[in-house]
Amino acid sequence: MMTDSAEKSAGTGEAGQCGRGVRSDVHVAIEARDSGGLEITMQSRVAPYYGDAILAQARQVFEVLGIKHARVEIRDEGALPFVISARIETAARRAGLGLGRKASPEKIALPEASPRDRLRRSRLYLPGSEPKYFINAALHGPDAIILDLEDSVHHAEKDAARILVRNTLRAVDFAKCERMVRINQLPMGLEDLAEVVPESPDLVLLPKAELPEQIAETDRMIGELRGRYGITRPIWLMPILESALGIENASAIAQASKNVVALTVGLEDYTADLGVAKTAEGRESLYARSRLVNAARALGVQAIDSVFGDVGDMDGLRRWAESSRALGFEGMGCIHPGQIPVIHEAFAPSAAEIEKALKIVAAFDEAQQHGLGVVSLGSKMIDPPVVQRAQKLVDLAKRMGKA
Amino acid sequence: MTDRAELVQNAAGRMVPTMVNGKPQIPYLGVAKYQPRGRKAAPPVRSSKDYPDNGDKRVADLETALRKCGLRDGMVISSHHHLRDGDQVALMMLEAAAKIGVKDLLWFPSASFPSQKSAIELMQSGVIHHIEGSMNGPLGDYCTQGKMRGLGVLRSHGGRWQAIQDGEVHIDIAVIAAPTADAFGNADGSHGKSACGSLGFALADSIYADNVIVVTDNLVPFPCIPWQIQGNNVDHVVEVDSIGDPAKIVSGTTQITRSPDRLRVAEYVARFLRDAGIMRNGFSFQAGAGGIALAFVDYLRRMMKEDGVKARFVRGGSTRYLVELLQEGLTDYILDGQTFDLDAVKSIAVNPRHVPTSPFTSYNYHGKGSFASMVDAVVLGATEVDVNFNGNVVTHSDGRLLHGIGGWQNCLQAGCTILAVPSFRDRIPVIVDEVTTLTGPGELIDVVVTERGIAINPRRQDLLDAVKASSLPIRPIQDIKAEVESICGGKPVRPKLGERPVAIVKWVDGTVLDTVWQVG
Repeated sequence: MMTDSAEKSAGTGEAGQCGRGVRSDVHVAIEARDSGGLEITMQSRVAPYYGDAILAQARQVFEVLGIKHARVEIRDEGALPFVISARIETAARRAGLGLGRKASPEKIALPEASPRDRLRRSRLYLPGSEPKYFINAALHGPDAIILDLEDSVHHAEKDAARILVRNTLRAVDFAKCERMVRINQLPMGLEDLAEVVPESPDLVLLPKAELPEQIAETDRMIGELRGRYGITRPIWLMPILESALGIENASAIAQASKNVVALTVGLEDYTADLGVAKTAEGRESLYARSRLVNAARALGVQAIDSVFGDVGDMDGLRRWAESSRALGFEGMGCIHPGQIPVIHEAFAPSAAEIEKALKIVAAFDEAQQHGLGVVSLGSKMIDPPVVQRAQKLVDLAKRMGKA
Repeated sequence: MTDRAELVQNAAGRMVPTMVNGKPQIPYLGVAKYQPRGRKAAPPVRSSKDYPDNGDKRVADLETALRKCGLRDGMVISSHHHLRDGDQVALMMLEAAAKIGVKDLLWFPSASFPSQKSAIELMQSGVIHHIEGSMNGPLGDYCTQGKMRGLGVLRSHGGRWQAIQDGEVHIDIAVIAAPTADAFGNADGSHGKSACGSLGFALADSIYADNVIVVTDNLVPFPCIPWQIQGNNVDHVVEVDSIGDPAKIVSGTTQITRSPDRLRVAEYVARFLRDAGIMRNGFSFQAGAGGIALAFVDYLRRMMKEDGVKARFVRGGSTRYLVELLQEGLTDYILDGQTFDLDAVKSIAVNPRHVPTSPFTSYNYHGKGSFASMVDAVVLGATEVDVNFNGNVVTHSDGRLLHGIGGWQNCLQAGCTILAVPSFRDRIPVIVDEVTTLTGPGELIDVVVTERGIAINPRRQDLLDAVKASSLPIRPIQDIKAEVESICGGKPVRPKLGERPVAIVKWVDGTVLDTVWQVG
């Protein structure tokens, strides 16, 4: 598949960023030619330390891509090796070279496969074209990271982001984080899947989901790619409902594939669709969010809230997250690492809640031991659903390290 | 002009010259191994009868003052960096000397700044022979490229006091920029349009130099209260329109880093102090004005409040964040060596618990003790730290001069010395096998905090024990280094350094710790 930029100027291609203020990226310009071998020039702010390594890597990438003749200009701002490979490959493809070949970096060991019902309190969005955010993202301890190919990536950079995200999934250690990818709407999303699914992301977010057929198509494509690449671990789905229609179809969407593990909502688009202003209190989306929670609960999947957009307002974030938990959500998105601890705190049960739940569970255990059918705590009789809820809360608190 | 002196290996295994700028040197012997003897240096005897009875020591201009001091070829003239990059007095002094027509001066600044880059022309024209003081930016490059006639001599703030006090450097003329002064020469930095806070860097010069000139743009009638520089040590007072650019003297407000990774480092540092039991009632700490250090103070402040803990004193480099601690009663005192932002300058002017200090009280090897060793914890930066916990702050990893030592070496005497650094910068690992330029011996560096984990020096079993139950990511330094190298795509190539010394790094006691070699 040729990209717009490659079509515009066949024979030359460039990719990546350089210049003042750019960090951890590299700009690669390639000019195809018929003879003369590879002529590579390089400038790098880390030249004294890694200049030779960069040149050696570039030559190796060209070999893998089967490119023998080209003029290449590399301007490096301290990019890590997986970024260098991605940028060279992108520039080559844009120049119409090395098509159908991949210069993937060495693959690190995959983390454990992600269980269906794992904690998903926080998911940190990482723009798919900004490599500088990737390497340390997991250090901030979100439950998941999202490599975003959709809204944070400019239309002209979709091809570059796809390759970069693919390399990132192979080469970057995200520790215990669930590795999510947000693809573009279909049909572009199918191209995203073709590039990233072979690298076993744990979960795919499908934006602007409105119809169960979109989920089914996505799931079918993932299934086909899993078969082709021999991937046995699950790749879950989290549809993002971002329109009135999407909300109306929440339960159908949740049922569209057994791989759907959560529903989430995109409130910027949703409020735009409704033609109302998005407020800090969120009253305008109360119905949509409640409906989503209800559908998710009904179908046994997680309900996950939108993001809170003001990274400077931690009090506002805390209020939003607390009310979100009160509505029945189990987590939300983050657009800055600083939001993670606030969200984790807000979605954690309080000490009083945990204490009460522990008492209920203990009372239940005692009743079981004594063969009693009725559980009581003090003078109060405890109904089975209350015991169930208490057990769930204790389990959750344990997973969060709170009990 | 460079000495063709031989090189010897010092106790740190570094090759250092035995002769520098015509003076024999003692190679570094180890921490607290060098025992100097003899008597301290002293300025010549003066008599008050030779100074005006009415106390008015004003002269027309700096050139006149320098002539009256008998400026001649080869003299040592000094200036100070309390006005930081906004200083105009050092260049005023050097240009006046050029006008007088003298040659081969040794310029002895407490630190030089990029705004003083025209000193390069004065070196080329022969007015300045060489610089002994920190050099960075264009001056650093000039020195590193081997263009300076003498060797650069890099000293810590305390080391500069030591060199003056034991006579290693004899200052002929000291020129002190004063934000406020009277005609008698009493001077202070807390008031005036060019207010900068403490003038501590100039204190030694005012006591030990043969001749002392105070230059001010805010002359007040006697007495200038408070005074940090005592007029009884001052020969001449010069009034000028401006001693500096206020915008560059202090930053408006110093800003906490916004980088999430660096905030993580800062948070780890604060949590380390809490978990290791160092943060307790009556404790003390020092932190600089770098982004990580500022953020660390902010995290620590929250933890101190949570735990109801108060410090007895904190050491500045003071900023708004230390001032807030003082105002909230979280510390009894700020003992301030350098005042970085407007809030801190205001505070030092009005709050008697915000006290200006000098390298004498805090850092001096020839003092009968120093504050630095009484501080419970200090948080510092570094360009490199090696697996033996040796630190480098003076050169880039490629050997080019980057910044001065400042108080860094002196602060290593604290009870717990913490280097707070990112594990790599632009793909360049900060933890290396061996530092390019040794600035601080590893036996004095206790903890290295990075965003990927905290390494405790194995020599500090007490600290390792103290944080056993902590949830902090305590890891062997080799382990963090290996992880970073795998991220960065292998070990960086060690830069090829030249064979010619261009500067030396002094240890706090005046011995030679390492050599800076010609590059490029």
